[in-house]
Amino acid sequence: MDEIQLIEIKEDILSDNKNLADDLRQRLKQEKTFVLNLMSSPGAGKTSVILKTIAALKDRFHIGVLEADIDSIVDSEKVASAGVQAVQLRTGGFCHLDAPMVMKGLEAFDLKSLDVVIIENVGNLVCPAEFDTGAIKNAMILSVPEGDDKPLKYPLMFSICDVLLVNKIDYLGLSDFDMDILKKRVISLNPNITIIEVSCKTGDGIDEWAEWLGREVERFIGK
Amino acid sequence: MHELPVTQSILNIVLKHAQMNNVKKIHAINLAIGEMSDLENEWVQRYFDYLSKDTVAQGARLNIERTPVVLKCESCSNNFEVDIKKMEDIVCPQCGEKKFSLLSGREYYIKNMEAE
Repeated sequence: MDEIQLIEIKEDILSDNKNLADDLRQRLKQEKTFVLNLMSSPGAGKTSVILKTIAALKDRFHIGVLEADIDSIVDSEKVASAGVQAVQLRTGGFCHLDAPMVMKGLEAFDLKSLDVVIIENVGNLVCPAEFDTGAIKNAMILSVPEGDDKPLKYPLMFSICDVLLVNKIDYLGLSDFDMDILKKRVISLNPNITIIEVSCKTGDGIDEWAEWLGREVERFIGK
Repeated sequence: MHELPVTQSILNIVLKHAQMNNVKKIHAINLAIGEMSDLENEWVQRYFDYLSKDTVAQGARLNIERTPVVLKCESCSNNFEVDIKKMEDIVCPQCGEKKFSLLSGREYYIKNMEAE
């Protein structure tokens, strides 16, 4: 029997995905297309936020939406009826999107004609946080009914996002959700994050969100 | 939940190194995974056993070392470890400031393997 030896590897497990994500960002820079990766748990309001965002920004930018869903096309039908290009990516049980899947999805668009593509990631606060999609900015939605303790349970997700939308603030009066504690917890994990309180139902905060996104898009595409 | 693609990636990397080193059998793989990751050790091993069948990595044991979450204070540069489940109102133990950057805790790293 041969002797057992220790072979040094020193490789990042997710390096293939990270390299592809960096390649995609380079390409997006050339195409002048901003990509937003939008994440949340199921039911936090991703599709509603996307519809509000389209309504607020469609006169300023050409928008596309890449919908990831385990096995349905209801979301892309809703988004397409709002008058923008929508592509549905069925993940077939996969719990997140990674850079190769996003690249494949983006092939269905004519990127030159689009200023912004919003990715609606799979509804899940765990897996999508771990995989770089190649997006320019990461956004997440936390809805009030989910509770203010989520940053303690899913710290990675809160730590990788550039912006947090706290949705369904119209429920605040009915719940014991503590906005100050939530913000403190999130900022401990991610001191540079922008937190915007919104309600898709009443429209509160949507202007502030659209302004944040519009500014980031213009900065990236140089409009 | 995302253990399967991660495990596939671990297997691809170790098989590449096994080929480079003319390895006949891999006995153990030593990994460093950050405390911030939700990866379950037991699942990673189970998926690995399944994926590695009929390769030189079949039967290899995965040893996962969890690397702690370490923050660096942006005002005094002090490094300190924190318990991620209690990250509520963290202040730098040295200067009391509240702005940090993450130094470690997100690793996904294969250190080495024991093979013959």
